[in-house]
Order: sequence, then structure tokens, then C-alpha cells
Amino acid sequence: MSIFKDAGHLFRFAALFVIAFLVFLVVRHYVVPKSFGKYGHYRAAAMDEIAAHPMQFAGHQACEQCHSDVAATHASGMHAHVNCEACHGPLAKHADDPSSVTPKLPDTATLCVRCHEASAARPKNFPQVKSAEHSGGMPCQTCHNPHSPAIGSGAAAGGAK
Amino acid sequence: MSGVEGYMYPNEVTLFWSVLIVLYPYITGLVAGAFILASLERVFKVDAVKPTYRLALLTALAFLLDAPLPLQFHLGHPERSPEMYFTPHATSAMAMFGYVYLWYLMAVLVFEIWLDYRREIVLRSQQTKGLLRLIYKIMTLGSTNISERALHIDEKVGWVVTLIGIPSAFMLHGYVGFIFGSIKANPWWSSPLMPVVFIFSAMVSGVAAVMLLYMGLTKLRKQTIDMRCVDTIAMYMFYIFVIDFTLEMLDLVHRIYEADESFRSIDFMVHTKLFFSQIVVQILIGTLVPLALLFIVQVWKNNISEIARKRIYVLCGSLILISVFAMRWNVVIGGQLFSKSFLGYTTYKMELATREGLLAAIGLTLLPLGFLWILLKLLPPWNDSQSHAAQLPASGD
Amino acid sequence: MTMTRRHLLLLLPAAAVAWESVLAGTPEDSPNYNRTDHWWGMLIDIPKCIGCGNCVRACQEENDVPDGHFRTWVERYHVEDWNLTDPQVISPDGGKEGFPVATDDSGKYFFVPKLCNHCADSPCTQVCPVGATFITPDGVVLVDQKYCLGCAYCVQACPYGCRYIHPEKRVADKCTLCYHRITKGQTTACAENCPTGASQLIDLKNPKDPIHEFLKTHNVQVLKPQMATGAKVFYNELDGSVR
Repeated sequence: MSIFKDAGHLFRFAALFVIAFLVFLVVRHYVVPKSFGKYGHYRAAAMDEIAAHPMQFAGHQACEQCHSDVAATHASGMHAHVNCEACHGPLAKHADDPSSVTPKLPDTATLCVRCHEASAARPKNFPQVKSAEHSGGMPCQTCHNPHSPAIGSGAAAGGAK
Repeated sequence: MSGVEGYMYPNEVTLFWSVLIVLYPYITGLVAGAFILASLERVFKVDAVKPTYRLALLTALAFLLDAPLPLQFHLGHPERSPEMYFTPHATSAMAMFGYVYLWYLMAVLVFEIWLDYRREIVLRSQQTKGLLRLIYKIMTLGSTNISERALHIDEKVGWVVTLIGIPSAFMLHGYVGFIFGSIKANPWWSSPLMPVVFIFSAMVSGVAAVMLLYMGLTKLRKQTIDMRCVDTIAMYMFYIFVIDFTLEMLDLVHRIYEADESFRSIDFMVHTKLFFSQIVVQILIGTLVPLALLFIVQVWKNNISEIARKRIYVLCGSLILISVFAMRWNVVIGGQLFSKSFLGYTTYKMELATREGLLAAIGLTLLPLGFLWILLKLLPPWNDSQSHAAQLPASGD
Repeated sequence: MTMTRRHLLLLLPAAAVAWESVLAGTPEDSPNYNRTDHWWGMLIDIPKCIGCGNCVRACQEENDVPDGHFRTWVERYHVEDWNLTDPQVISPDGGKEGFPVATDDSGKYFFVPKLCNHCADSPCTQVCPVGATFITPDGVVLVDQKYCLGCAYCVQACPYGCRYIHPEKRVADKCTLCYHRITKGQTTACAENCPTGASQLIDLKNPKDPIHEFLKTHNVQVLKPQMATGAKVFYNELDGSVR
């Protein structure tokens, strides 16, 4: 039995390991989030937290509920597939409570050319103009209704009220 | 954006792994290398290196204590790092760090040092006073059994621990290489040779560090340097370095010969942004010069005076330390300088006094020397004083 | 309770307070949304993209993306016929304000919007040491920003450059495929605001989604297919020079 006696200090060292391991298990039990591992190696609650972020863009369905007149013009024109907030910006707050935020009218001088300024890089079949030659500095909505831009397709001047 | 040539994906312009991530494999490498030197004596019975055995173990411990600190400084949320222990992700090489580190620290290094020093610890716990006495008392774990039989058991167990320690040291550092080598997104890293190259360069750097420490500390203590010991260390350093250099060149030649889609990008980088740190520092000054010098010493050992050999060893050791640091730099920083689109390059701007800046890096490089100083005070490794330790416990210098 | 207090001592006090909410989570589910019914992806129709940058701006407004970092961005390729494998690529500020007018008419031009590919075998979630990034049961790669260490290993592992470390939050950040929108029946901010329909949200598990017909009848490719990541952002008419 003297082997055990003379190796006693080794058991003490081993006991340190066992104690540390037990403490680790106890701490681990309390520290690991409850939803961890529910679907996989992650905290399942994180999905709900991310899903709960507020939206900034309301989506065109929300706009169309109130602005049915514009929606009708828009739906029949060349810009039918351009959603409202693509030009008007994020308006979820306005959709939630229309009086809280008054949308600003977009500045057509910068807005229209983003898509329609002629560039060799754009697809050839996409309508493009050299804005300086095309309008001579006049605002685009003088001739085009942004909601239905083909000339003569809708009330032209000042159509985007 | 300044510092960008060609096209980088916009999120690639800033580097997310800084100089601290260069430091981390460098320091773990020194740990692994120092341990391998210790195992030379213990397992492979290379008696000549005995004077460095304990110093090597203490050096390994000092650097191992420092190793996780660069990571902690780098992490965005260091307070969350215990998650690595609580919910380690089985598919992540990095998640294993915590466990490999703890295993290596506690089950290998601390245990082996404890076994090796137990006799002195027990004696000191009886002969010192005050706080020191308390420290040594705790270190005995309450067992004062230093009978011949007990020490014999320690010797046997210590041998087994060293034997386990060798693959553990390889694992500790090989896995660091795997962290880089397993990233398929990055052709500069993605290579199965990466862990092997990391292990061999680690061995060279660790051996060089212990050799320099041994020479420096012996000088400071006004003792004579055991030339048989440093000659042997230098020999091993030379052979390991030859293997290391061969592997690195194999990797390089393979890349050049295969010349895959990433080659133009990497080739350009090595000729420009990495030219100084890779070609000049790592390969020319840091590898070819010490290899040539060590080769000369191996061949004409008897014709070179002791003084000259010592100077050559100090020079080679220092160059090797620089070279291996440069190698880590070229891997970590180099791997982030080119775009994964292979269309452009960015620049690493090292900060100075920030959390991940130059000053933090220098501090974290010097810190292990502080740890080592404490360890040397607490557990003097010197053979000459070791024999006196029983009688003169107070002369701990 | 004594135990909880004791283990919290291990953490920094401020972090401990934050940790309470991590432990608890917010048990709020979208009521009519069943995760296992969906498998989300995107379709990018390259011939339709005009490089207006609407998607980039919309993403930044919807998701509060920090300046200089991008959850989605647009690249403009210019490939000349004598040098098909060495395209000239630009993406000024991620294409956020569009692109300079191109006057050089030689070669071909096209725009490539990029975003997280929400890979089914994603290298980024593979390397995360703690499980702070993961693929949801509905096929979206997300980051748990309350759990992320900020080690940036995932940033290194993404072959597409879609991840970055958020400069203020100091955690990994990336496209969530507007998880907060798609779980409420909306499309993503980039798709909602794309004027030409070049970018569309697709649900591969929905048999009525027109994507199935589209995939059968078009030349569709993913980015860097050699990476074998199971990317779920499909590109129509993707040029071979795109990386």
C-alpha cells in the first residue's frame, strides 16, 4: 500500500482537477443561455431578437392602402414595378402614424438621373438620356409624371404632388 | 480610400486581424519550441542540453501565461471569451484553443514543473519565512512526502507527462497553423502544410529563445556558459531550421509552379508589399544568413574559438527570432493585404497607442520576460544552486 | 441565487447586467411565421441591374449599416474582349451613390450586386468558436450580436467579403436577409427598393415561388462555385469574369 502513500501528492493534484471540473460544470449550468442548442449550436432567442427589429421601409402594400389614387396611376405606367419607397425613401413611421412624419418630396434633379443618366455601362435597352442635352436644365416633372412617366400617359406637369 | 490599389471588396479595406494576431502564434510557438527543447533531455536523453532543461520549462510556462493575452486584447468583447469554454463550437478550430491551452498549461507544463521541483518546494516551504513560506506551502498542496520512493514515482510520472507533452506541444501549435491553413477562402493561408510549417518554425524559435536566455542569464549570473550544451542546442537548431526552411520553400515553390488563380495576386504582393518582410527579413537575413553561419559552425566547429561560436550563436538566435516573427507577420498580415477577388491590394496601417497598436504589442512581447523573472525567483532552475538549495534556501538568485 | 451571484462575479459588472438579458432572451415570435416552411435565398438578375445604388442606400437605411461597411454593395465590371479574365472593377462607396458615367464604349459593362450568399454550408458559421453565428432553420445566416466575441474569424472565412466587424458594437455584422422583414411577410429592403426587379427574394421551399420556373429556364450561377459553400444567392447571366 505504500505506493499509494508515496503517490499521495499526485492524488492531491488530481483532486484539484476534479474540483475545477465540478466547479466548471456548475458554473456552466448557470451561464449558458436557456435557449442555446434548441435548434442547433446557437442561442435560439437570437432569431426572435433579430426578427423583432423595427422596419424602416413599410413596403408598397402599406402605401397603397391610403394612396389608392396615386397607386392607380402608378400601376398603369412605365414605373409600375418601381416601388413607392424606392423614390420616396423609408416611410414605415409615416405608415404607422401618418401625422408623425410628413414625407419630403424627392428632388427629381438628383433622383431621376440616378437611373436614367446615359452611361455606356447601363444595359442598352434601358431608357437613358444625357440630362444636360435632354431637358436643358428644366426639372424632369415639367414634362414627365414620375408616377407614370411616358409623356401623355398621365397628368404631366406637377403630377407628383 | 487611401492605401488601396486595384479593387478590394469594400469590407476588405480595413484589416481585422492586427499585429496582435501576429504575436499570438509567435508566442505560442515559443512555448512549443521551448518545451520541445526540454523534452530533448527528458525523453530523448540528450544529456548535453541538461543545463537548459528547467529553464526551458519555465520559459515555456512564462510565454504560455502570456499567450492568450494578445487574443484578449484583440477580441471585441473579451468579457465573453469564457463562452469558448461553455459552448465550444465543435467545427471551429479556434474553439479548441481554450481546451488545448488549459490542457497544455495545467496537465502538461504546470504538472511537469511541479513534479520536477517538488523536492525543492517542500524544502523551501520549511526553510523560508513569511509570504514566501505561504506560497511554497500552497505549492506543496499539503504533501511533504519527499521520500526516495515518492521522488522516484515523480521521476517516472514526469517522464510520461513529457511524453504526452510532445504531441500536446505539437497540437497546441499545430492547431494554430490549422486556424490559418483550413481557411479555404484565403489562398495565401489555405494549405495543409501550414500546421507543419508552424510547428517547425515554432521549434526553431523556441529553441533559439531558450538558448539566448540561457546564455544571457548565465552571463548575468557571472557563471561560465556550458559550451557542450550550447553547441548541441545550436546543432539541433540548425537541423530543425533546415527542415523548416525546406518546408517553407516547398510551399512557395509549389505555389509558384501551380500558379493557380490566386498566383498573380500573391506573386505581385510578394514583390511589393511583402518584399521587405518576406524576402529581405524572413528569407535573406533571417534564414539564409543564420543557416550559413550555423552550417559553417557545424563543419569547422573545432577551428572556431569559443568566443566566436558564442557570438555566432547569439547572432543566429536573434536573427531566427526576427525571422520567425516576420514569418508570422507575412502569414497573418500578408493574408489580408490582397482582395479575395484577386483584383487589388490594401495596406495595413499599424496603430500606435490603441488597444491593438504597436505599444500593446511591444508590452505583450516583453511581459513574458516579467513572468519568467518571477518564476526564476520562485523556482530557480540553476544546477549550481540546485545542489545548495537544501542547505541555502534563501539564496534564490 | 447565491450561485448566480457567484458566477456573475467572474464577469465584469457591466457585462453581467447585459448578460441577464442574454440568458433570458426575448420570447417573442412572429405569430404566423413557421421557420421550417421556408428556405430563403435571393435572385440577382444581372441584365436588369442599372447600377442606381438604390439597394445599397435602402440597406443602410433599413439596417443602420455603419459608414464604409456594406451588407450589400454593387460592383461595376468592365471587360474588354482582349482580356476576358482581367476585368476592371469599381465600386465607389459600395455603389451607394451610383456610378460615374461610362463613356468608353469598348468591351462590355455590367453591374453585380453583392450580398451575403446565405450559404447552406457556410464557412463562416463553421469557424465561429462559440456558436454566435449560425444558419437558421429557414436558411438565413445570422449573427447573435449579444454572444459574438468579435474575434473576426468568420470575417476571414467568408470567401465573398460579406462580413465586417461593426466599429461601435465590436461584433461581427452582416446581411440578415432583412430577417425582421421576411418573417413578417415583407421582402428585403434591397429587393423592395430595386426599381428594375434585378434583385428578388426567393423562397426555395415554396412550390409556388416563380423561382423554380426561372431556375429551369435561365443560365443561373452562384458566385465562386468552386468554394462549394452552397450559396443561395443566384445570379442570372453571370459573366465568367466575376469574382
